[in-house]
Amino acid sequence: METLKTPLYDFHIDNGGRMVAFAGWDMPVQYTSGIKAEHIATRRSCGLFDVSHMAQITLEGAGAEALLENLTPTDIGAIAEGRVRYSLFLNADGGILDDLMIARINNSLQLVVNASRAKHDIALLRGYLDTTTVMSVLENQALLALQGPASSTVLENLGLNLNGFTFMQIRQFELLGSAVIITRSGYTGEDGFEISVPEVNAVRFAEALLSDDNVVLAGLGARDTLRMEAGLPLWGHELDESTTPVEAGLRFALSKRRCDKADFPGASRIINELTNMPKRQLVGLLPEGGRPVREGTELLHNGQRVGHISSGGFSPSLNRPAALGFVATPLAAAGTMLAADNKGKQTPIAVAALPLVPHRYFRGEKT
Amino acid sequence: MLRYTEDHEWIKLEGDTGTVGISPHAVEQLGDIVFIELPEVGASVNKGAAAAVFESVKAASEIYSPASGKITDVNSGMLEDLTAITAENAMDNWIFKIKINDETDLDGLMDEEKYNAMIS
Repeated sequence: METLKTPLYDFHIDNGGRMVAFAGWDMPVQYTSGIKAEHIATRRSCGLFDVSHMAQITLEGAGAEALLENLTPTDIGAIAEGRVRYSLFLNADGGILDDLMIARINNSLQLVVNASRAKHDIALLRGYLDTTTVMSVLENQALLALQGPASSTVLENLGLNLNGFTFMQIRQFELLGSAVIITRSGYTGEDGFEISVPEVNAVRFAEALLSDDNVVLAGLGARDTLRMEAGLPLWGHELDESTTPVEAGLRFALSKRRCDKADFPGASRIINELTNMPKRQLVGLLPEGGRPVREGTELLHNGQRVGHISSGGFSPSLNRPAALGFVATPLAAAGTMLAADNKGKQTPIAVAALPLVPHRYFRGEKT
Repeated sequence: MLRYTEDHEWIKLEGDTGTVGISPHAVEQLGDIVFIELPEVGASVNKGAAAAVFESVKAASEIYSPASGKITDVNSGMLEDLTAITAENAMDNWIFKIKINDETDLDGLMDEEKYNAMIS
């Protein structure tokens, strides 16, 4: 199967991007400076990521809210104009079909879903469409993520007025002579922005952002280590159809009104887990020594299997191996010592609180 | 005599001792190296068996022995600063030395010209 290319494909090649296949797309896993350098630059200053592989979808019409409420535990009506919510498509057992962002702007609902689940999600939504709702998949729209503490300065240097624009808001701006939709959100744990631009403008925007000395290009490799440190789950790793939001530490994605009414897919199981604790929970994990533990590694306690690694690798910020994984709830307290079993070789590994590196979202000036 | 494997190891044979490393191309493909497991001196390894492990940020890569024999030395000096391992010094950064049992183990391996053609 031929891989898809984002509007920035040539830009990546010209900038030394090492391209790999990801979810059917040809994407840069890193540029010449490497994953660690891109990761550290994002935490210290600002990283620019091409995330155009994610699907951008709009829903408009009288039935749009009800449609999304059929599939998610989110109080869609409570999403005010200019606001963004993290949400989940759930199956009837409360398992996670995908995670997504839902924003309301210009009286339409804007969704961003994982590239690896785009086909699935579009088919799912289409199955619920009625004559009162119009769905558009924005195939000619690129998405740039600018992430890190300097990202607001970079946009202000291009003339944007970010006054009153805080974490999990969405707004239309005039940038470089074009109208763009920007959300203040991301997947790194840092302050940052996701900029939706027409594909014809993608290279011009990327070049303008990169011309700021604060900005380095960062690939999917750094995106993965950044989100792992931030404790942010990835579908196919932490999230899947057999994992519930409570197990995955996503209670905040369960709206109060929806829980009170228990009217979302899998509500009975999920509400039971909220009350009685789930059997297993997502935790951070720090192995002893210098060797990373990898996805799929079993976790043992007194010789018994008590969990597994869902994402494992190296944390550039902590300069040590780190991982995410699921462990039995009685063993989920920070500091609990387990063993990671690598082909019979066991490494001591400590449960750690998430996030492994603190979030630094911009929630407004402190008063 | 310098030979390369399809898995990007190189071996320099002097007498019956081979010095083994990985190619500049392999170092470049690995990206940031964060951990290396070296073999034990005195261990016997078979041709094609994993003798060392290089862990990068993203994945673990096994380093296969290009020949059967006994490990006689390992380059533990390279562990002191993993960030110093680069494509530029990959041909000097040997990983282990092996006293090989049978020189014909190297018969099917590539010379530099063939190897460079393979990766180009």
